[in-house]
Amino acid sequence: MNETSNIGGQGAVSVTRAADSNLLIKLSGPWHMTRDVPSAAILRKELESASALKTVSFDTSGLTHWDSGLIAFLVQTSTACRARNIEQDRSGLPDGLRRLLELAEAVPEKKGTRSATARAPFFQRIGNLTIGYGLSVGDFMAFLGDLTVAFEKLASGNARFRRVDLVEVIQDCGASAVGIVTLISFLVGVILAFMGAVQLSQFGASIFVADLVCIGMTRDMGAIMTAIIMSGRTGAAFAAKLGTMKVTQEIDALTTMGISPMQFLVLPRVIALVLMMPLLCLYADFLGMLGGMFVGVGMLGLSARNYLQETISTLTLTNLFGGLFKATFYGFLIALAGCLRGFQCGNSSSAVGDAATQAVVMSIVMVVVACGLFAVVFNVIGI
Amino acid sequence: MGSLTVPQTAPTKVRPHITVKNLTMAYGSFVLMRDINFTVHHGDIFIIMGGSGCGKSTLLRHLIGLKEPATGEIVYGDVNFTRADLQTRELMLRRFGILYQGGALWSSMTLAQNVGLPLGEFTDLTPAQIREIAALKLALVGLSGFEDFYPSEISGGMQKRAGLARAMALDPEILFFDEPSAGLDPISSSLLDDLILELRDNLGATVVAVTHELASIFAIGNNCVFLDADSRLQIATGDPKDLLANSSDPRVRKFLTRGKDGGEH
Repeated sequence: MNETSNIGGQGAVSVTRAADSNLLIKLSGPWHMTRDVPSAAILRKELESASALKTVSFDTSGLTHWDSGLIAFLVQTSTACRARNIEQDRSGLPDGLRRLLELAEAVPEKKGTRSATARAPFFQRIGNLTIGYGLSVGDFMAFLGDLTVAFEKLASGNARFRRVDLVEVIQDCGASAVGIVTLISFLVGVILAFMGAVQLSQFGASIFVADLVCIGMTRDMGAIMTAIIMSGRTGAAFAAKLGTMKVTQEIDALTTMGISPMQFLVLPRVIALVLMMPLLCLYADFLGMLGGMFVGVGMLGLSARNYLQETISTLTLTNLFGGLFKATFYGFLIALAGCLRGFQCGNSSSAVGDAATQAVVMSIVMVVVACGLFAVVFNVIGI
Repeated sequence: MGSLTVPQTAPTKVRPHITVKNLTMAYGSFVLMRDINFTVHHGDIFIIMGGSGCGKSTLLRHLIGLKEPATGEIVYGDVNFTRADLQTRELMLRRFGILYQGGALWSSMTLAQNVGLPLGEFTDLTPAQIREIAALKLALVGLSGFEDFYPSEISGGMQKRAGLARAMALDPEILFFDEPSAGLDPISSSLLDDLILELRDNLGATVVAVTHELASIFAIGNNCVFLDADSRLQIATGDPKDLLANSSDPRVRKFLTRGKDGGEH
């Protein structure tokens, strides 16, 4: 009985049935794993088909070079042999190869360590997701509670955080954000003005563009555009920073030193954003009106004086402060989402990315939902 | 891992594998070390040692091309690594296996994917073969059964061993280790030493390791360079066991005897 498979210029294996109960595996040629090496599947088939096989032995006299490719092949062979209770006589293998094989088999495979890959049924997945959402509401509430306690400490003058951190965060989410807020809110003003002009100029009422832009910016657009900018800019940064601190165990180090991360890290961020959001919003309102004026004067042929007068007569403190109040609240939501997601971050670099993404999604969703609620409430109480 | 005897005999092939000539390392205008000269031979286990902050890891970064020498050059075999163009360098780097201090496993991939990535990029193996070889490499470092785990799901020591499995993925000619035993318990660390020897002997790899673990230095090292932070010079090179027996430099003796010796010199 003599069978040969896959003889080529590369690594090759051939099988000889020497005696009735013995199979001689001949390995020859250079075995480079970077080239194509024979697959152990062929040999496995041979082992399974042969009956009354008791031992296998190896002949490597024709072997010119070997690397991991051959070891992997032999490990496979060995697994197949053990499954069929066939003994292996490894004396024909080179010393180094034999020792590496022993090394590979020295630590038995840990049983039960393989992650379960079975996919849960559809309804179970929906159930799990729902429970997950339910739990995350709980986490959110717990976080909010911790934050309240931290604020209470702050009120009693016992909060532990470094003033310089607060100043740094304020600079980062205030002054450093002015550039992007300028650009976006000016353009939003321009867009609002154009949208109004299309209809209003048909009635010869172009001057009311000033009213539209003024009310639109101060009531809602200024606050919501600033909030969206800050979610992407600062909310994500909070989550990434705190997430990285979690991964590198900096947060653990704070906790074990008896410094509450809630006070030390979250408090300054919430305070900074709550303080800076109304200022940025006020600035955005002003820039938006400037953008509207740019369109009114430049494209609609209104005089600057008329436009300004119309704007001033429309501007009410109620609208202005309503917008600033909303902005302050949005700032709180953004800081909350950023810090919460940062704290919930997993233990790897990809988790930090996920945390930042989730923080932005969560804060934008919360801001828009809050905006809708405010619209209804303001309408009901007649502001 | 079987009983292993530490081979004390010099490797049979005494050909220079890595030659460092007049290397000066600097960060901007701050010179960290100057006039470093040493030769690593084929099959050596070469130890880079010295006190904390003397530039051991920086020297390693120079050797693997992550940092450019201020002056001097690094030669592998007869190819000048420092002067080589980008393409040659890339090919040379493929023959290196590097174990970083923290393991540096890619956290978004499973262990098998971590080990399999270089195999998939640089060989024509089929996915099934890649999986087999990745499983083998993980088995060699004692991690069979952990193929589908993510790095964040295993302990620090296991991450380190998985990092070694990844470093060995392409059967490298030279293995670089940055603090291989840092963060390992004494038994794991001695098993790792055995593994390094085993790999050197059986795969014919040259090993360069940064370490200040004295036990490891004497157990596996047969060549070394000693960097001194104060003089910013290399003050010794050669077999660490020889240095312990014969060196007259008090700084070297003090280091190699954990500060017990060196006062009387």
